[in-house]
Amino acid sequence: MDPRIISELRAIVGERGLISSPEELHTYECDGLTNFRVMPRAVLLPNSAEQVQAIVRICHRERLPFVARGSGTGLSGGALPVENGIVISLARMNRILEVDFANARAVVEPGVINLDVTARIQHNGYFYAPDPSSQSVCSIGGNVAENSGGAHCLKYGFTTTHVLGLEVVLPDGEMVHLGGKTLDAPGYDLAGVFVGSEGTLGIATKVILRIVKRPECIRTLLAAFPSTNEAGAAVSGIIAAGMLPAAIEMMDNLAIQAAEAAVHPNYPNCGGLLLVELDGPVAEVEALMTHVDEICRSNGAWEIRVAQSDAERALVWKGRKSAFAAVGRISPNYIVQDGVIPRTALPQVMSEIDRLSQENGLRVANVFHAGDGNLHPLVLYDRSIPGQEEAALALSYKILELCIAAGGSITGEHGVGEEKKSMMSKMFAEPDLNTMHRVRCAFDPFQLSNPTKVFPTPRLCGETPGEYAPHPLETAGIAERF
Amino acid sequence: MDAATKSESAVLHSALRYKIIALVGNDHVHASLAVDAIADVQPKLVIEPGTETELAAVIRLLNEAGLAVIPRGSSTKISWGNPPTRADIILSTARFNQIIEHAWADLTVTVQAGCTLQKLQETLAQHGQRLALDALWPEKATVGGILSTNDSGALRLRFGALRDLIIGVTIALPDGTLASSGGKVVKNVAGYDLPKLVTGALGTLGVITRASFRLHPLPLNSRTFSVLSADAEQAQTFVLAVQDSRLAHTALQSHFSDENSPVSEILFEGTEAGLAAQEKQLRTLAAPANVVEASVSPWTARESLWAFSDPETTAIAKISILPTTMTPAIELLAKSAHAHQLRWKALVYATGVGCVRLEGDPGALHAALEILRRDLEGRNSSLVVLHHPAKMPALDAWGAPGDSLPLMKSVKNRLDPKGTLNPGRFLGGI
Repeated sequence: MDPRIISELRAIVGERGLISSPEELHTYECDGLTNFRVMPRAVLLPNSAEQVQAIVRICHRERLPFVARGSGTGLSGGALPVENGIVISLARMNRILEVDFANARAVVEPGVINLDVTARIQHNGYFYAPDPSSQSVCSIGGNVAENSGGAHCLKYGFTTTHVLGLEVVLPDGEMVHLGGKTLDAPGYDLAGVFVGSEGTLGIATKVILRIVKRPECIRTLLAAFPSTNEAGAAVSGIIAAGMLPAAIEMMDNLAIQAAEAAVHPNYPNCGGLLLVELDGPVAEVEALMTHVDEICRSNGAWEIRVAQSDAERALVWKGRKSAFAAVGRISPNYIVQDGVIPRTALPQVMSEIDRLSQENGLRVANVFHAGDGNLHPLVLYDRSIPGQEEAALALSYKILELCIAAGGSITGEHGVGEEKKSMMSKMFAEPDLNTMHRVRCAFDPFQLSNPTKVFPTPRLCGETPGEYAPHPLETAGIAERF
Repeated sequence: MDAATKSESAVLHSALRYKIIALVGNDHVHASLAVDAIADVQPKLVIEPGTETELAAVIRLLNEAGLAVIPRGSSTKISWGNPPTRADIILSTARFNQIIEHAWADLTVTVQAGCTLQKLQETLAQHGQRLALDALWPEKATVGGILSTNDSGALRLRFGALRDLIIGVTIALPDGTLASSGGKVVKNVAGYDLPKLVTGALGTLGVITRASFRLHPLPLNSRTFSVLSADAEQAQTFVLAVQDSRLAHTALQSHFSDENSPVSEILFEGTEAGLAAQEKQLRTLAAPANVVEASVSPWTARESLWAFSDPETTAIAKISILPTTMTPAIELLAKSAHAHQLRWKALVYATGVGCVRLEGDPGALHAALEILRRDLEGRNSSLVVLHHPAKMPALDAWGAPGDSLPLMKSVKNRLDPKGTLNPGRFLGGI
């Protein structure tokens, strides 16, 4: 990169805020999706919104693409660097700026770790509801980019439900405020558009969060079924009975084995394990829990346990939340997928996954957010066997095609990123993608903010304002202007 | 049709009219009547396409001809927003009003934009479900209109607003593109969240033709309690105490007026055992003597505010404040209403969103609304005027735009570059 630009960037963030040596840059060449790697030109570690703004202004002037990065735990390659671009890490912007219990709001910087928000407010009986499995390490900024979910979004909603406002540095370096502490700020809901845009519309530098009062009680039930089909039927029974549990999770036998090997949650060894959590007033929860118990038994549950203490409950969840990493105990490599289906399609999609698994000679472990149909198939493989990684990737994409065919989605919470952008044109028609692209052009006409992600084919914005300057993709011959 | 209307409709190029008639049929293209006017701006034609494909083809022709288009559901909120700078055509969604799919076992529904909320709720109720939304005038209001105006009520506290309930949308852009985003599953982060973009956009970006929503079960039982307060401050203290408690209430609202002491109402839903326990807890939070079980449902209070007798002496505004600023907002409302000899009422939900009604001389209404808006905007809150007398001096419906207005204009420009849809009606002249 031009030394003049490097020195300008250094002047903004200081010597310790710039990483440019190849050996240090390796840390940033991928995120949680490790089979895609690109070396960035430099990594910047700003510690204020003003520094982010100054960096982005230079990127805009120089038409230098940039990728924002939180904790780098994303599973779709959203924070994968782009060729000839820089990475802007928000890790140092990790202050909780304000907590307003009376109005149930918190204002945080993007580098704050998800679980740290709850840690800061729990003494007053509050928590931050979105709980991705990586919540002890993932950042709020990353959650905003991906619209992260988690087990409890069945009842509490996603990151977008809990983000009321944003301070954003747009790709031209302008700072804007979207939404706010009060609801329904007049104008378009651009905060709603920004959340889940995977870093393609700018960089959030402050986030106004909604915090939630802890319910009076939480009860967690574990039910063992012969297979995921019976467990799925029990889920349908719970929904049909008019209940909205805080979470309904399901694991198949392979996922149970992996969790047992890794964290010993003492799960029953069964074909389909259901974890149902209800919360609310004690009298309400106890009445409903009896009903859930009956529904599980009538659908073939042969063992039912209710966690008797916070410690037991924590262990039950530890097994579930560590399931992805746990698969490392039973397979040298694995791919985590993130499809969504209408919940009623579960038996049919499961049997198709089983067929694909057998046809390809690759094991697939299944972990689901069963209440909302979000599947996390884990395709197990061994990279040292030639061709197996490609076969595993192909299988994981076939599973996503099953999800689309069932009327679902290619991603429920991990994002499209780099990994699934080729699947976007299978899920959406060209006019749909063009319309999204027009929105992108409104935010980022030069496509500098995380370019090459989300959309299947590079496309440029017409009528770019200001003086014409070729886009890096154009110079590289990857895309043409139309 | 009177002579003036005839000559107006003749303005539309006859070749264009024939093309439109060929698309939607002669019975579905009408000259507009006086009742179709929006804030005294008289459109020329009302076009009622029968399908979203027809609508997309029509809007493309109108856009190419440079005509201004006002999308319309059932007109219940057609006057919200600023008067249009131009209005040539009313494009009605009334004819596509079907429920496309109620996937009850998946708790989702897909519905055409012209379907009324009541018809939708009746269908959902057959499987014990509901769209957890208490919008105004459900018997008439359409899904498309409710979405475009982002209309929500008391249930928002528990279930969120439309932005939290909508999971997919199809819109017709002015260039005739029919674009879908989101989908039919509750959890989905593929692509940009355009359902949120068009929710509350007052039809300025595209015409909503269908939408999918997540659903909730109908409650097993419900009970409502009223709690009396001596003044606004006591009402606010009660609301904040409830919000900080472990009660699992579904809705909470407070009424204020120049006539009566404040009354707050709280709705519980759930099992009988759960409701009994919560009633007990409620009585420990408020002075027990002040808690009364409501015999009549108060959850259509917003419609009561709108049931005014004289539109020429009444203004209605939506306010959005922080719950902790309810007392100063109400005190200022009372003070400025008194100073301008206005009658007033207000309904404020625990979310901080509320509705204010002022009655009196149009000039005084203008002055009081300006004072209230200035104060609220100074607290990062907002006041949007939804109804005012025709003779009231001009007052922008939306108030001061923030620093994101250029970005909003850029979004508008990318989706509706010719300013075809609802020109001039939205924030900042959009």
